[in-house]
Amino acid sequence: MNPVKIVLDMPNDSRAKTLIVALTLCLVCSILVSTAAVLLKPRQEANKALDKKRNILTIADMMQPGTSIDEAFSKIESRVIDMQTGQYVDDMDPEKYDARKAAKDPKLSEALTKDQDIASIRRQARYATVYLVRKDARLETIILPVHGYGLWSTMYGFVALQGDGKTVKGLGFYEHAETPGLGGEVDNPDWKLKWVGKEIYNPQGEVAIELIKGGVGASTSNPQYKVDALAGATLTSRGVQNLVHYWLGTSGFKSFLKNVTEEG
Amino acid sequence: MDADVKKVVYDPLIDNNPITWQILGICSALAVTTSMNTALLMSIALTSVVALSNMSISMVRNHVPGSIRIIVQMIIIASLVIIVDQLLKAYAYDTAKKLSVFVGLIITNCIVMGRAEAYAMSHDPKMSLLDGLGNGLGYSLVLLTVAFFRELLGAGSLFGIPVLPLTSEGGWYQSNGMMLLPPSAFFIIGFMIWGIRAWKPKQVEKPDYRIHEEQNPDLI
Repeated sequence: MNPVKIVLDMPNDSRAKTLIVALTLCLVCSILVSTAAVLLKPRQEANKALDKKRNILTIADMMQPGTSIDEAFSKIESRVIDMQTGQYVDDMDPEKYDARKAAKDPKLSEALTKDQDIASIRRQARYATVYLVRKDARLETIILPVHGYGLWSTMYGFVALQGDGKTVKGLGFYEHAETPGLGGEVDNPDWKLKWVGKEIYNPQGEVAIELIKGGVGASTSNPQYKVDALAGATLTSRGVQNLVHYWLGTSGFKSFLKNVTEEG
Repeated sequence: MDADVKKVVYDPLIDNNPITWQILGICSALAVTTSMNTALLMSIALTSVVALSNMSISMVRNHVPGSIRIIVQMIIIASLVIIVDQLLKAYAYDTAKKLSVFVGLIITNCIVMGRAEAYAMSHDPKMSLLDGLGNGLGYSLVLLTVAFFRELLGAGSLFGIPVLPLTSEGGWYQSNGMMLLPPSAFFIIGFMIWGIRAWKPKQVEKPDYRIHEEQNPDLI
């Protein structure tokens, strides 16, 4: 007799049929789900890559209506740098190097001690991809990848600096899972605009930027170092401040910024 | 179309609408209705999931052991949701990003589970598919109506195309920021339920209790 028919003829509530139904169903469903995941993966990856490019362009304020993302992105020079020395690494392809993967690889990253790890990222990749925009051989924009822990999630984003290496041109996150409406307001364009023109370093060369509660008004002292904190999102704001301090400080891109601005 | 099919598809639109009459699936109706684009995509995603899950569950309904019935339904629904989520990420990345967690949450959407348990377990695949389609469309109708008002009044646009010129861009319309926050969806759904019940008094529930005559100010 046909085995399928034997199973189908069993009483529904028998133990054997329960197990067979559960197993078959799980098998069929997992095959369907994994087929969909595998078939669609290349397309999803392409979308992600395009999205990252668009984020870099938006943060650097280089998005122009009418030009395609790839075309606008071709004006940006991507380089891999060594975080410790701040020098370019020429034998690595910025298209292929993935700092996020590298941060998990013990060969390509270093564990951070508690004192160093103000942005709560645990490990830092030894190399990073930076993006530079030059106009008539003069450095115009430096775009640096940053990430750090907010309230719920690690926030991934970019900081764009002007050619002088200390004035903020833009800041934004392309991936985070902060509370919508509160910490999620890191995506708010109005808030992001408040960063434009702020100074990162004080005259002593220390990272001085701060997020303050209550807003930056006419009476605030040194307003060039201060940005409004997000209302109702103390921990997300602190996370943003910490990650800026970390990535623009000595363990972050400070040595690279020094090199690149001296060289012009 | 015979009368049965008509009833199964059209009934959930107004008379037996999952949101305004059964008050199911409110959570996503609050979250994804700030713009027409996201609402439309969510509607398509939910309608296809509920129609397909109803059909698949109905196809295996005679061989599902009662003890693992809910788990079987959940696995089928969850697999369909994952596939829909993957498709959206591949073909509508930007909107999928905005919908973020809510596509995944279709798994727990009461409408999908409710229809599987209440209808698909006891009807044939064709009718179950149509029932899913009807309920999905009923959900979509409410979602799109809510999104219409929220996007128009909150952002002055429809499908992202400016309709009312905003004061911040030199027009005359001062946008209503509250419309973009979740509570406004509650208000709009509330008004819709009021409107539908005024139009179809049959939907008004009987009061749970009546004020005793002695307490009634008209009689004192």
